[in-house]
Amino acid sequence: MSVSAHPRLRAPDGDDDLARLKVVPTRHPWRWVGIVVVLVLVAMFVNGLITNPGWDWPTFFRFFTAESILRAVGVTLQLTLYGTVIGFGLGIVLALMRLSRSRFLTAVSWTYIWAFRSIPLIVQLLFWFNISYLYKELTFGIPFGPAFFGFDTKDLISPMGAAVLGLALHQAAYAAEIVRSGIIAVDHGQLEAAAALGIPKTRQFRRIVLPQAMRSILPNAANEVIGLFKGTSVVSVVAIGELFYQVQVIYGRNARVVALLMVATVWYIALTTLLSVAQHYVEKRYSKGATRDQGGWKWSR
Amino acid sequence: MVQVMVELRNIHKSFGTLEVLKGVDLRVRAGEVVVILGPSGSGKSTLLRTVNHLEKVDQGYVSIDGELIGYRRAGDKLHELHEREVLKQRTHIGFVFQNFNLFPHLTVLENVVEAPVSAQRRPLAEVRVEARALLARVGLEDKEDAYPRHLSGGQQQRVAIARALALQPKVLLFDEPTSALDPELVGEVLDVIKDLARSGTTMVVVTHEVGFAREVADTVVFLDAGVVVEQGPPSQVLDAPKQARTRAFLSKVL
Repeated sequence: MSVSAHPRLRAPDGDDDLARLKVVPTRHPWRWVGIVVVLVLVAMFVNGLITNPGWDWPTFFRFFTAESILRAVGVTLQLTLYGTVIGFGLGIVLALMRLSRSRFLTAVSWTYIWAFRSIPLIVQLLFWFNISYLYKELTFGIPFGPAFFGFDTKDLISPMGAAVLGLALHQAAYAAEIVRSGIIAVDHGQLEAAAALGIPKTRQFRRIVLPQAMRSILPNAANEVIGLFKGTSVVSVVAIGELFYQVQVIYGRNARVVALLMVATVWYIALTTLLSVAQHYVEKRYSKGATRDQGGWKWSR
Repeated sequence: MVQVMVELRNIHKSFGTLEVLKGVDLRVRAGEVVVILGPSGSGKSTLLRTVNHLEKVDQGYVSIDGELIGYRRAGDKLHELHEREVLKQRTHIGFVFQNFNLFPHLTVLENVVEAPVSAQRRPLAEVRVEARALLARVGLEDKEDAYPRHLSGGQQQRVAIARALALQPKVLLFDEPTSALDPELVGEVLDVIKDLARSGTTMVVVTHEVGFAREVADTVVFLDAGVVVEQGPPSQVLDAPKQARTRAFLSKVL
């Protein structure tokens, strides 16, 4: 024994070679209990789906691909498409206004976002649907002066037009904030470098800022698009023949409520799945150069 | 009489109540290499950033090759230029950042060709040929398809130098180009800058590398607390400084 103050900390001598020993991984018995419980619950649910006549599968299959339902799915997709394109188009403009150096543009953008986030979508839709009560005619002319020509508001804004307008204007307020969050997340040095190289302003935005902002915009934007897609069901209050309105009409006639709700549900699930897959590929496109891994993109990122 | 490429006259700049530059004058002749030394907080980087108008001055003016930067003179008035025009002026001024600031979503070659094509409207095919030559010059001819994150810091900074050169600028500005690098990578970047110095490029370099200053600088400028304390050839400023502040600084960094 030496005079060391902590003799026990000395390394063991010689022959105790740890490399020979077998490694026993940590055991997780409760994990197995959890798996069993979940499997049993899933089995019970599936069993119920098959054996409970209340689900009424024959009716489900009769209507799932019925022409009226397919047409309604088309309307739902149309509303989603217009709402997304117009909503995000306007959203980008609003985000840029909000980030601009002009106090005036910032204030306009802020007010828009404040107003349209404050009004529930359903209320807004009803307003647009009833706009012709408020303004019978839209005219173009000198403000407070004579009019040159005009349109009947009812002809100009159809029910479908009112629905698209409502969805898009509502969506734009949320899109603006998502786009803005993406833009401010881009490293300031990127803008300085672009400015120092003399790259024109619009090109700086399109080529340098936006592609990098897209990485943080996309997951949120996908949420919004999926939210909008399902949110189109709100439009049923103004009697547009979209998916949810159509199933309501059908079960109003034949009283097969559950089967028809399942028709809508399965369509919503299927199309949301497609949107999620699309999201995956779009995100992959914008992940160029984003990781140190030369192989590029990974599921986990 | 040698042509003056960069001229700074009585530059003042404050951030809030803090006056960072207190009347700086500087002249850089064509082909000259000026190295700016000074303790951190002395205003070196701010001074460099006023040259390409990344930082607006409160007083004084900057001109490059006789052209006023950021303003247009009309009679006895100075009109502020629109951003569009300032951007155009910047294409004559190369700037290399401490943190490289390469565009991470573009390949090395795309980084280099971006500005000549979009800012100078030159044909892509022609710019690409030049860009490849520039990448070869900085020793990265085999990296044109790599993304910046796949490169080491030293390689990234060399790409950034090639990117700045691609605009064929009248002057190159370096803002502490080696400060973000691991010590063993500093040499490869300094070698590229030395090579440019020898080929007659007009340069202003802000750095902490005193050895580098001694080797390549025609003029060393010692800046402290927003004023030029001393300037002259390296043999004078570095080896026989007249000012006590210069001596104190050098004794700490050498």
